[in-house]
Amino acid sequence: MSDHTISIAVNGDRYERAVEARKLLVHFIRDDLDLTGTHVGCDTGNCGACTVLLNGVAVKSCMLLAPQADGAEVTTVEGLAPDGELSPLQQAFSEHHALQCGYCTPGMLISATYLLSHTPQPSEEEIRRAIQGNICRCTGYVNIVKAVQAVSGQD
Amino acid sequence: MLLAELDYARPGSIEEAVKLLAARADARALAGGQSLVNVMKTRVATPELVVDLNGIESLRGIASDGEALEIGAMTTYNAIVDSPEVASARPILAEVARTIADVQVRNRGTIGGNVCSNDPTNHFPPLLAALEAELTIQGAAGERTVRTDEFFEGVYMTAVQPGEVLTKVRIPAKGDARDGWASVTLGRDGTGIVNVAATVKGGTARIAIGCVAATPVVVTASADETAVKDAVRAAELDPPADVHASAEYRRHLAEVLAARAVREAE
Repeated sequence: MSDHTISIAVNGDRYERAVEARKLLVHFIRDDLDLTGTHVGCDTGNCGACTVLLNGVAVKSCMLLAPQADGAEVTTVEGLAPDGELSPLQQAFSEHHALQCGYCTPGMLISATYLLSHTPQPSEEEIRRAIQGNICRCTGYVNIVKAVQAVSGQD
Repeated sequence: MLLAELDYARPGSIEEAVKLLAARADARALAGGQSLVNVMKTRVATPELVVDLNGIESLRGIASDGEALEIGAMTTYNAIVDSPEVASARPILAEVARTIADVQVRNRGTIGGNVCSNDPTNHFPPLLAALEAELTIQGAAGERTVRTDEFFEGVYMTAVQPGEVLTKVRIPAKGDARDGWASVTLGRDGTGIVNVAATVKGGTARIAIGCVAATPVVVTASADETAVKDAVRAAELDPPADVHASAEYRRHLAEVLAARAVREAE
């Protein structure tokens, strides 16, 4: 079956790799590039733990084949803190206890980053709708909403 | 999840896609992938060739000529939500698209994929049936345009045959019609238990009910509550029962939601 040589820019670094067509983008990111910040949760497109930015748009990376991202730019959670320094959003998550076990956090951060990229001052309703595709079983979402409000200057 | 082995092609034109789809019986068109990829994970579908339509720019976009909207099959839900053409010509399309799943799914999922997968719980089959949309299908022999009653054939089955692709959906502009949508879902913006779309014109309601049969059930009635409920009852729906709702409850919801969709149509 078909192998594809794909070229994907992840967090600003371009990677060229041969992949099987059946490989999901999330496995390419985790297994081939060893960027394990992007999590596999439900693997059915529900939980959002695998959310990444694909050309600046939030998508679930378990719902794409890796060759579909050929030529694209991908941002994973590692790309939010390229120099190891937390982004203001990540800092706000830390300060507002917006995570407990942390499993959903990479996807939450990417979805919130996407929201803030097009809506810098979101309402609580907009924040809640923006993370609707990200399931968190620890926090009850309250502190996640607070963190996003805080980083957008609304606390 | 490891999928079954497959070949992958990303054609740049409709003609090329049709050629690829026609050449192999096991080929399958991939639109937004928000259903098909899941089905492939469970190996309920194991296409040996996936023809990705995401590289075909002519399948994307929304145009309005005053009389109707033309929406390319690969137009995403979020593109519909954000479209000024939709907002002015037929805003119900955006209002309903906004309630599909979540942001990430709406960034990938397409109107064409929604109708071609024709899951009975999908949003666009009843909505397009109520709005009297027309769908254009292209194959090696050329293109044809069908109405929704010809398009939706059964659960997961449509008039799109092997070797064909849906290219666009044409929806009449609103004019003096009023459109409504009512549903009861599994959680907010979740899967429908019953979905109802209604369009009211000159005192008559055209109502399309989803989730109660293999294809949308269309009834027409005078646009008052009693007449609408009577018409839905007269349709003698035989909906499926599952863990979420009994058949009797779905029948009840169909009446209530039809009346609500008509009442709230604007």
